[in-house]
Amino acid sequence: MSAPSELTDRESSPTYELGVVQEVLLALLSAEVSYGYQLRARLQLALGPLGDSLNGGQVYVTLGRLEKTGLVSAQRVEQSERPDRKVYTLTETGRVRVSEWLSDTSWPKPAPAEFHLKLVAAAAAGLADPVRLVDAQRHALLAALASTQRAALAEQDESVAGLLLEGVVLRLQADLRWLEGCARFWGLKGGQR
Amino acid sequence: MTRFGPLLSARGLRREYGTGLGLVRAVNGVDLDVAAGETVAVMGPSGCGKSSLLHLLGGLERLSAGELRLADQRMDAMSEKSLAQLRRTAIGFVFQAFHLVEELTAAENVELPALLAGRSPRAARERASELLERVGLSDRASHLPSALSGGQRQRVAIARALSNEPELVLADEPTGNLDTAATVDVLRLLDGLRSSGQTFVIVTHDERIAATADRLISMRDGVFVEETRLTHGTSSGLGELAGLER
Repeated sequence: MSAPSELTDRESSPTYELGVVQEVLLALLSAEVSYGYQLRARLQLALGPLGDSLNGGQVYVTLGRLEKTGLVSAQRVEQSERPDRKVYTLTETGRVRVSEWLSDTSWPKPAPAEFHLKLVAAAAAGLADPVRLVDAQRHALLAALASTQRAALAEQDESVAGLLLEGVVLRLQADLRWLEGCARFWGLKGGQR
Repeated sequence: MTRFGPLLSARGLRREYGTGLGLVRAVNGVDLDVAAGETVAVMGPSGCGKSSLLHLLGGLERLSAGELRLADQRMDAMSEKSLAQLRRTAIGFVFQAFHLVEELTAAENVELPALLAGRSPRAARERASELLERVGLSDRASHLPSALSGGQRQRVAIARALSNEPELVLADEPTGNLDTAATVDVLRLLDGLRSSGQTFVIVTHDERIAATADRLISMRDGVFVEETRLTHGTSSGLGELAGLER
């Protein structure tokens, strides 16, 4: 057996999927006019630890973009001691976009296809042992599962952010189970060679 | 107690059943060191030998060959009587099917190991109530197992396993019979115990249980084939997994 491999969380500076943030801001604005900081606070609450890296700048940049494309409108509100603030309102076009978003059932990022094809190609071209690739992938997913689960367990029961983390955990679990199947399949193939 | 080296140390563990053509090598040469305070998870497909391994580590079955030490005591060389004593006091067991005594209340189930180890009824009762509080079931102390949910039964079983402050807790598929919500309760409990320094060896095919471990070992056909150390760091990278970042 080889020495244990160290798995640590990947350091990265994330860029949020602008699409998601954009639509959520619009949806939140359909309830009431809001300041940027209010919208950001709502997002952070919903995301829990996933929202830690959401900086205020990103929310304001997105709002600026939405204003430019006419999905929201902004009014300046004067403040005596500080710079003016902007209060945002959803426009009619924005309202249409929100209802399209709500009724959209497309489901992002189905994981397996690319990895599956990677295994097929690696085996066909004799580039790498598919079982090794599966093992490496399993290590990576287990590390991800460990850190996600740790974050999920740290949330209180009934926490809205906990629900999101639970979703991530369950998807990772499903992927790990599928990898077991991959290991079995390609292990048998290897045995036949 | 000050000890150098691992709490549990196994060398060349073997367990065979049957003879001749019917010979099955359930555990076929396993080395394992578990440090005090460490949680080790063993995963593998059904029939890979992981439950047999757990039975060997807990002294529930005898080795066919190899050496096994718990806190410097040679378990493989012990008399049945000493081994039974060690099982009662130094090792806690958690099973997939809970194995609670159906005629006894939750509190009485938790008291039992302390009584069997010779503690006074009063000390046993106090310990049981402390443990039931720890697993969040103080208000169920006088319920019979039949009046508890699966998750609650498993939490009682975990409390029972901790009754004699065992140095090592061995768990065999602790979430195997539980639904998702109950699994999360047990996960949270095990994670808390892990943080407070309890040593665990858990065999499971639940990836979620495995992910709470410090070290994860994959077992196939009676041998260890792979080992992964899981470090629990920051939550960076989570956003990408959630489909929030790229």
